[in-house]
Amino acid sequence: MQKILIVGATSAIAEAAARRWAARGAALFLVGRRAAALDAMAADLRVRGAANVGTRVMDATDLGAHAAALQEAVAALGGLDVALIAHGTLPDQKACEASVELTLREIDSNGLSVIALATRLANLLEAQGHGTLAVIGSVAGDRGRQSNYVYGAAKGMVARFLEGLRNRLAKQGVRVLTIKPGFVDTPMTAALPKGALWAQPADVARGIVAAVDRNKDVVYLPGFWRAIMLVVRHIPESVFKRLSL
Amino acid sequence: MSAEGFSAWGRLGWPPAAEILRLPSRSAPLPATAGTLLPYGNGRSYGDVCLNPGGALLAMRGLDRFIAFDADTGVLVCEAGALLADILDVCVPRGWFLPVTPGTRHVTVGGAIANDVHGKNHHAAGSFGAHLRAFELLRSDGSRRRCAPDENPAWFAATVGGLGLTGVVTWAELQLRRIAGNAVAVRNTRFTGLDAFFALNAEAERQHEYAVAWIDCLAKTPRGVLIAGDHAATDLPAPRGERNLPLTPPFSLINETSLRAFNAVYYGKPWPARETVHHRPYFYPLDAVGRWNRLYGPRGFYQYQSAVPPAAAAAATAEMLAAIAESGQGSFLAVLKNFGERPSPGLLSFPMAGTTLALDFPNRGAATLSLFERLDAIVLAAGGRLYPAKDARMPAATFRAGYPRLAEFSSFVDPKLSSGFWRRVMEQN
Ligand SMILES: Cc1cc2nc3c(=O)[nH]c(=O)nc-3n(C[C@H](O)[C@H](O)[C@H](O)COP(=O)(O)OP(=O)(O)OC[C@H]3O[C@@H](n4cnc5c(N)ncnc54)[C@H](O)[C@@H]3O)c2cc1C
Ligand SMILES: NC(=O)c1ccc[n+]([C@@H]2O[C@H](COP(=O)([O-])OP(=O)(O)OC[C@H]3O[C@@H](n4cnc5c(N)ncnc54)[C@H](OP(=O)(O)O)[C@@H]3O)[C@@H](O)[C@H]2O)c1
Repeated sequence: MQKILIVGATSAIAEAAARRWAARGAALFLVGRRAAALDAMAADLRVRGAANVGTRVMDATDLGAHAAALQEAVAALGGLDVALIAHGTLPDQKACEASVELTLREIDSNGLSVIALATRLANLLEAQGHGTLAVIGSVAGDRGRQSNYVYGAAKGMVARFLEGLRNRLAKQGVRVLTIKPGFVDTPMTAALPKGALWAQPADVARGIVAAVDRNKDVVYLPGFWRAIMLVVRHIPESVFKRLSL
Repeated sequence: MSAEGFSAWGRLGWPPAAEILRLPSRSAPLPATAGTLLPYGNGRSYGDVCLNPGGALLAMRGLDRFIAFDADTGVLVCEAGALLADILDVCVPRGWFLPVTPGTRHVTVGGAIANDVHGKNHHAAGSFGAHLRAFELLRSDGSRRRCAPDENPAWFAATVGGLGLTGVVTWAELQLRRIAGNAVAVRNTRFTGLDAFFALNAEAERQHEYAVAWIDCLAKTPRGVLIAGDHAATDLPAPRGERNLPLTPPFSLINETSLRAFNAVYYGKPWPARETVHHRPYFYPLDAVGRWNRLYGPRGFYQYQSAVPPAAAAAATAEMLAAIAESGQGSFLAVLKNFGERPSPGLLSFPMAGTTLALDFPNRGAATLSLFERLDAIVLAAGGRLYPAKDARMPAATFRAGYPRLAEFSSFVDPKLSSGFWRRVMEQN
């Protein structure tokens, strides 16, 4: 039985992953901002086959609450095999340009809060000598674009941080997985027009669960984004800066 | 959200909804909209009963959480957007099955309630609503009612088979049926002539939980296969996953030649007298090819499903089949079944004791519609009715004649809710 902690558990992508883990009989501990949503999700996961499900309300940007929440999770699960950090917010880029406060808040919710959690979780997994830390980043972190660079900067920072952690923990038996979804049809992107490149949360979740099973380092989901981002990353900056992206 | 993808199964080219709305959770209030609203399940209704052209649709699929399941009693509580497929995935391995299931797993619980759907066990089990222990009804005035056969019974009766018009069902509580394995023991019997069908079927209904007949409606003398079944204490591996028809061909692949060929081959293929199969190919043969409705090309297709009372059943069915054979139009899946006596709980529930006939027809415009008028006359003369879940064209008079409790029902309709179907049959356009 896998023991799995999810932060930002009410995310559509995370919930879809949780359902797959529940169907396999995993024990789950859900951390999120909204108590009612966590309770509804927990009841659902129990019916789907989860061995047990615990919940805790926490705002991920409340760094002072992290240590106690992680402690409670490990106690409730009786250990920890997988930690998935899923929370995130999609900033209004234009509004960020006009507000330093908003920019930093977005960097916090998508970047600093994640790094704070990853730091504690890495130490915990390192001490026990096994486990997987999985974090949802984004293809947006691969390159800064005018339409979305506050978000991209935070996600990029997280990706670089995880690279370092992976390097540090590789010999300790701890896995670090960076998940880079492309466009996914979730509440976060409800307002955006959808096209052919859009994936459903259930598809991305299947990829996340498989990547954890296979001890992957970095996954693009769906997989075709690896090729797209390979091209995007290799456009020379002198050209890239002139594109309207 | 774009209205693309919010269509009905018959793909007859209805104008889109103006707006697609969602409920963020089952406790959230109904979203505001200027015009009318209609809950939309999974669009497996064939016609405009699930559409609200020019108005708003409330997409219910997102509300798909389970709330509770008691593996000892088989009582399941879930949100209304959960699919029957989701329920089967969770419950079959634990020894429980749906009490009633339509011919596709891809319908929501809310949709199954709103059309009070029936299955191959109607003669034994009645309709879906007969196994519904309770549900919550959310109205546009913000009220929430727990409805059950003995709690707000009038609202219960109006909402079961209520075509999504009495309010939004947010969650439902079902009584599942015990099974000892995931397989079904099947008995296949070929027959020629309707008399043979009625005799065989009467026998099959006494002996088996499930019974339905496929008929070749293009043959001179109607012929077909009676397919009876019972849950078996056997577990079989699940069949391979579903494949989607990847695109819509530019014209219908279903025409008289292909139909005759299909029907002849289907009738002639080996039908083992007895076999034990996984429940999926037994209950959901069409689900093996996702989006098979695209076969009918860009013009789409109709389904025509009628029910006629027992006294008139044999004669009316014969007359309808003769009219269809004569028209040269018809379907590769014509289904004939007897409904039992167990009363349907809904004011507008379709199933009534008697015989039901369901056929698909490629949309050939006026030719198809005039055949339907002939069939309507036969159904009405027999004291029968048509199924709103399958309908895209019935005239107001046909609807009124088939549903004597319509006036009673109308007083429960939520003023904010409407559908293309409702405006059509109430002549509100
Ligand atoms: C291949 C195939 C086989 C079928 N076989 C059968 C069969 O054997 N027997 C049978 O009875 N039917 C059968 N059907 C029809 C199907 O079962 C019904 O049309 C069913 O209602 C579709 O459910 P849905 O979730 O797709 O709902 P939709 O088609 O989207 O909506 C159906 C109705 O439900 C209402 N509704 C949806 N959700 C809610 C809610 N939460 N609250 C209130 N109202 C709601 C809608 O407003 C609409 O009036 C079949 C359909 C197909 C495509
Ligand atoms: N959707 C996409 O196209 C896409 C693409 C690439 C990457 N991603 C990433 O995928 C992850 C999941 O997002 P999603 O697409 O599933 O969207 P989502 O359903 O909107 O989920 C985002 C979740 O983050 C939670 N959250 C935000 N700020 C939080 C905070 N301070 N503390 C705790 N929880 C917080 C939200 O909680 P509430 O429920 O309380 O609001 C919500 O559950 C995010 O990291 C996102 O950046 C998404």
